[in-house]
Amino acid sequence: MKRQIPLLITFFVGTLLIISVFVPPLGDLERDFTLFFDIIAVFAFFLGGGNLLRIHLMKLANRRKDWGFSAVTVSGFLFMLAIGLFKVGNPGGIAEAVDAEGSWFKVMFDNVINPLQSTMYSLLAFFVASASYRAFRAKNREATMLLIAAFIILLGRTPLGVMLTGWIPEWMSVAQIPNLAVWIMNSPNLAGQRAIMIGISLGVIATSLRLILGVERSYLGGDSD
Amino acid sequence: MIVEPQQARVVIPGTVRFLLLAFLAVVVSITSTATASEPNADSTLLETQQVEPVTSLVAQDFKYDNGERIELFWVPSVDDRLVDGLVTGYEVYRTVNEGDPQRLAILPPGANTFRDEAAEIDSVYSYYITTLAEETSAKSVATEPMTSEREWLNRDRGYLFLIAFVIAAAVIFFVETAKRGKKLFIRKIAGLEAIDDAVGRATEMGRPVLFVPGIHDMDDVQTLAALTILGRVSRTIADYDSKIFMPVSRSLVMTAARETIKSSYMAAGRPDAYNDDMVNYVTDEQFGYVASVDGLIVREKPATIFLLGAFFAESLILAETGNSVGAIQIAGTARPAQLPFFIAACDFTLIGEELFAASAYLSDEPKQLGSLKGQDVGKGIAMFFVIAGTVAATISYAWDIGPVNDVLDWLNQVFSSN
Repeated sequence: MKRQIPLLITFFVGTLLIISVFVPPLGDLERDFTLFFDIIAVFAFFLGGGNLLRIHLMKLANRRKDWGFSAVTVSGFLFMLAIGLFKVGNPGGIAEAVDAEGSWFKVMFDNVINPLQSTMYSLLAFFVASASYRAFRAKNREATMLLIAAFIILLGRTPLGVMLTGWIPEWMSVAQIPNLAVWIMNSPNLAGQRAIMIGISLGVIATSLRLILGVERSYLGGDSD
Repeated sequence: MIVEPQQARVVIPGTVRFLLLAFLAVVVSITSTATASEPNADSTLLETQQVEPVTSLVAQDFKYDNGERIELFWVPSVDDRLVDGLVTGYEVYRTVNEGDPQRLAILPPGANTFRDEAAEIDSVYSYYITTLAEETSAKSVATEPMTSEREWLNRDRGYLFLIAFVIAAAVIFFVETAKRGKKLFIRKIAGLEAIDDAVGRATEMGRPVLFVPGIHDMDDVQTLAALTILGRVSRTIADYDSKIFMPVSRSLVMTAARETIKSSYMAAGRPDAYNDDMVNYVTDEQFGYVASVDGLIVREKPATIFLLGAFFAESLILAETGNSVGAIQIAGTARPAQLPFFIAACDFTLIGEELFAASAYLSDEPKQLGSLKGQDVGKGIAMFFVIAGTVAATISYAWDIGPVNDVLDWLNQVFSSN
């Protein structure tokens, strides 16, 4: 029974939403169900926040390894929660938006959270360099092709590419590096991406059908009832 | 002030018009001379210029809806110009059942369409547009009274229905065929073949397995696919008595993942080994989540990392950090832009559809494998139409042959329906 009810709900809602694509009077169902989902997700946040607090408070209480990180997490969480809930420093008081100019919440967001997020994001530049170094080593034929394509695109997107092949006459302009870069991006790359997208779409259809028909039950923990 | 041009227009003979214009010119000339010392005299004259209304206003029922939409189209006022334009905006008015006009919207200059999304069946509507200028306005001719209609079937999506029906029928057909015991060939997927070895390695090394289900919520099919794989992976982990960490960025994913892992541990006969803390919520913030998972990877040094689900900019940050601690990494996403990062930094990558095939593949159940075969029929259809479209487009471009052009138009019609 514990599995039959979720399976029944999945079948009913899935089938209804497929039908709604073709029957205009049911067209708003998708929006309504998305709204239901958002409402449920908001309440589920209490579970998430509660779990975060519980795990880190237990770590603090037991002085487990790396408890210092937990202290920072818990104090940051409670501080932001308090200044957001009580709108501390908010010029318009409790009735004003939580992120009003001048409020503590806004100040913390702009001066702590945003810079920290930007810092994490900027790490990507270094990781791209290290990953490219490994990926572009010409170990075999495929890797060599990848290296050549990457090299052309890198050159084609910089003034150096124009400088190196700008002398090539107009009737051979396809051989100019910037044009080659555009061709690689618009033809082989786009064709490959579209092929992947077609495969993904079919995969989504098959997965959805497996879930709707109850063939796929592993997300409920398997077949046993 | 609302000017109604249709009522205000009077036919004036040419000679009289000329005399009137001459008189007006003399008056203006005298006035401007008399007020030469006043700097704003000319601009005052400009501000009182009349503005032309919009023309050709048409209201029509929106095709294929529940009867709640009516679309308006019009030609903007001739005074609606980028240079020296007088129009400051448009107001859309509606009368319901010949009642008082209600203003529906204020639109910026250049607007020429509007969709009324609050219509009701059986009510009679009429619309007009008021063109706004600095100190004046002009009302258009009102549309003929009309009603909105409800359509029960979206005929524009006929081809979409046909394609979906064929693919769904193929999936169901092969599921049923497999149920009857027919052996189906499924190609090997290296990333999925490696799961047992990867979990076994973690067990031997005495280090945990890290499972990251992406950063989207349960309404993303990629997250669902990740959880179905989690069901298989956690079963193996329970069998091997290994350890799993699963930090998540959505509360609902946390709840669903706990249920999945718990069920797997129960199915493996080891409910005592299950612990709620295997799955923990971190934050909804993308890079806050990344910082936490990166920290976990560096501190705990997991032997095996699964990165399966919806990933964005964090894909490479996570994969490279995992690579730096020497973990075996199995990644998969349906976001083509993130696939190169995973391919560069992970040992095995499930490319697009393989992510969705994974659960069926790992289950080894005939009925699940049958659905993969049905998917292949869809691929066959896609291949046929891609080749046919390419050939037709090439011939049409090179030789402009009538029947081939018709085929191309038909293909465009079929695959552009939504």
